[in-house]
Amino acid sequence: MNDNKTPLAIELRDISKRFGAVQANKDICLQVPTGTIHGIIGENGAGKSTLMSIIYGFYEADTGEIEIGGKKTHIRTSEDAIQAGIGMVHQHFMLVENFTVLENVMLGAEGGALLRQGKDDARLELKRLASEYSLDVDVDAIVEELPVGLQQRVEILKALYRGAKILILDEPTGVLTPQEADHLFVILKSLKEQGVTVLLITHKLREIMASTDNVSVMRQGQMVAHRETKNTDKEELAELMVGKKVRLKVDKDDAKPTGLVLSAKKLSLVDSQGVKRLKDVSFELNAGEIVGIAGVSGNGQSELLNVLSGISSLSSGEIQFAGETITAANPKNASQMRDLKMAHVPEDRHKMGLVTGFEAYEAAILGYHNSSAYNGSILLNRKAMLSECEERMAKWDVRPPNPHLKTANFSGGNQQKIVIAREVEQNPEVLLIGQPTRGVDIGAIENIHEEIVKLRDSGKAILLVSVELDEIMALSDRILVMFDGAVVGELPASDADERTLGLMMANAYNGPLSKTGDKA
Amino acid sequence: MFETLILILDATMRVSTPLILAALAGLFSERSGIVDIGLEGKILGGAFAAAAAAAVFGSAWIGLIFAMLASIGLALIHGFACITHRGDHIVSGVAINTIVAGLTVTLGLDWFGMGGQTPTLAGDARFLSLTLPFADAVADVPVIGLIYSELLSGHNVLVYLAFACVPLTYWVIYKTRFGLRLRAVGENPHAVDTAGISVAFLRYRAVIICGILCGLAGAYLSTAHNAGFLKDMSAGKGYIALAALIFGKWRPVPVLFACLLFGFLDAVAVRMQGVSLPGIGEIPVQAIEVLPYVLTVLLLAGFIGKAIGPKAVGRPYVKERA
Repeated sequence: MNDNKTPLAIELRDISKRFGAVQANKDICLQVPTGTIHGIIGENGAGKSTLMSIIYGFYEADTGEIEIGGKKTHIRTSEDAIQAGIGMVHQHFMLVENFTVLENVMLGAEGGALLRQGKDDARLELKRLASEYSLDVDVDAIVEELPVGLQQRVEILKALYRGAKILILDEPTGVLTPQEADHLFVILKSLKEQGVTVLLITHKLREIMASTDNVSVMRQGQMVAHRETKNTDKEELAELMVGKKVRLKVDKDDAKPTGLVLSAKKLSLVDSQGVKRLKDVSFELNAGEIVGIAGVSGNGQSELLNVLSGISSLSSGEIQFAGETITAANPKNASQMRDLKMAHVPEDRHKMGLVTGFEAYEAAILGYHNSSAYNGSILLNRKAMLSECEERMAKWDVRPPNPHLKTANFSGGNQQKIVIAREVEQNPEVLLIGQPTRGVDIGAIENIHEEIVKLRDSGKAILLVSVELDEIMALSDRILVMFDGAVVGELPASDADERTLGLMMANAYNGPLSKTGDKA
Repeated sequence: MFETLILILDATMRVSTPLILAALAGLFSERSGIVDIGLEGKILGGAFAAAAAAAVFGSAWIGLIFAMLASIGLALIHGFACITHRGDHIVSGVAINTIVAGLTVTLGLDWFGMGGQTPTLAGDARFLSLTLPFADAVADVPVIGLIYSELLSGHNVLVYLAFACVPLTYWVIYKTRFGLRLRAVGENPHAVDTAGISVAFLRYRAVIICGILCGLAGAYLSTAHNAGFLKDMSAGKGYIALAALIFGKWRPVPVLFACLLFGFLDAVAVRMQGVSLPGIGEIPVQAIEVLPYVLTVLLLAGFIGKAIGPKAVGRPYVKERA
């Protein structure tokens, strides 16, 4: 990869970083030749952003070495990184919104205690950069009034203004329109021609194939492969990204669907920044079946769960459930959806599923706390809460079976059992369940899977969202694949294999089951 | 009538001085992202330190230095709680106000034994009025003479200093590197951090400036406006200054005018004592004294435009975990 003449722009040796119990990066090695565009690809949570934050001095690595331009470099703060010629464009822009473009670019590189001289210099320098790299932007515009594509350009200018020779872009196209994204790649190419080294972090295969020279694949905090882009293809990268895992086995009979429970028609959701998170999602859910939603995380699955559970309101489309038609004009909130017997096990149990400071018996009634079962005339009926919690802990094998223990002090698997038990024991018609076994140990996984199948066999409808393909394939009767906010494929579980799903998840599948195919 | 107006405006300047200093103090703090409800406590602490030191050393200037040191000390406690330990800004500020209210009286009793007051200051232990050059000579010139000799001349040095602080603050905030970074850190500390600038160091510098200005305000109260420290002599000025800060939308010049408006109402209230207006009769002083507060409530209820403060104000800075 390296011809030994020009030193490598970046070389990482055995970088490791741990956050509490989470090993975010493990023994990462990476070589990036000068003047190339290097892609780093991996699923969300694979540790890409952490690695980049280490290179940019936001975190310090626990162990390992960094060489920049052939010289061993200690990067403890962002200032060190800037000194070493590294610039970063963050996924969420680091701009002061009510400042002008000029002020944003100058911040931290003002060129003196007074602003006037620095402003004049910056104006000239920006003009030069703009013409050299086709990075036109009105320097006196207020940043918050610019479209996101231009805000990103300001971020790039900020880095170049500080003399960056290495530019890191973290998921740069996540907020861009396709046209803005195309323009970004033109800019990156011209940067490369000027000798700038670009590190492109993304989970989109299309961008990697279209713009990079080399690509490295990360999975679960580790660097699993390095390839020259011209010697690889989407299929291989998709497989490397998702990885081959130990096959999970769940004993279950074929589903016996007994009729329509929920139908979703053309669900759309536009977020506060005007980005379309859900695009015309339609599907049906029958009693007695498990429908799995596969997809690289961040492709609309969370938003779908939020819309169905009443946490977010639809922008358009309709949901028919329990005799009600839910639309943008007739929304139902999360508590009303619960009353209609729609139970929800959220993807992130710490943020949405539990109050970790609560004791188990308190957390076990969240969302159902107004139910007469837990209330006396004025006060909560603690006795009833406690005895029910003890009962459930025994039934679901929650350890330790202590209703007074704070939920934060249970292991991940036992926390998850508390949440799932809470929702399932309400005897819902539909169970929405997100990442049921994330951070759960293997024994508890089997347990949870069995319970999900049992619920199906009792004639309930289950919508399962998981980033674990094994789990999707093991549990589902039918699989929908989401990409970029839309359902791009649907297939019976019997036809699903890792390769097909992986390609569909990357929107790179052209076979008969795909709804849209890849137009790139 | 004209003379009355000049006299009211003259009083306005005196009453506004501590408000201006405190409001600018708050401006530095809040522009950096640190909410400062503790202006009141810092003024009171400064007032006590100034009076006590002036009484002991017989010099108003030494009193001023002690006022600033005491106030900076309180500001650093606030900074330590809010910046280093990411505590709640309001809780820390209120705690400082409460502690200072009790501590000044307790120390006053222990040191001077005069019921919590400090000895009455005289001579060099106070800031006395300065007469500007030719003030007496031009006093008889119509209109201008009165404006110069009554309104502009005859204040103590801290009054002039307070007014000079407004353009100075404007210059620092908008024309210097420090000002640019200060405004940035109150809006988006992440942007500042990724630009390679220490968020904590910036904010500490801001609260120290806040301490210095509050110290000036306190010293003005006890060693210039009055001749000694009285229990609770700050009398809510810190809160009024905070209101003026919001009223002026965290910008130096509008903040000055907000302070002058509140000061003017105060001066009118004093003037109106016992005056009977035709058709209305005697207006109770309290009715006018309450105006600044009514105005503030109206403002905070959103009647006078929307007051949008620095975006990151009151939020502790935590590096996000990717």
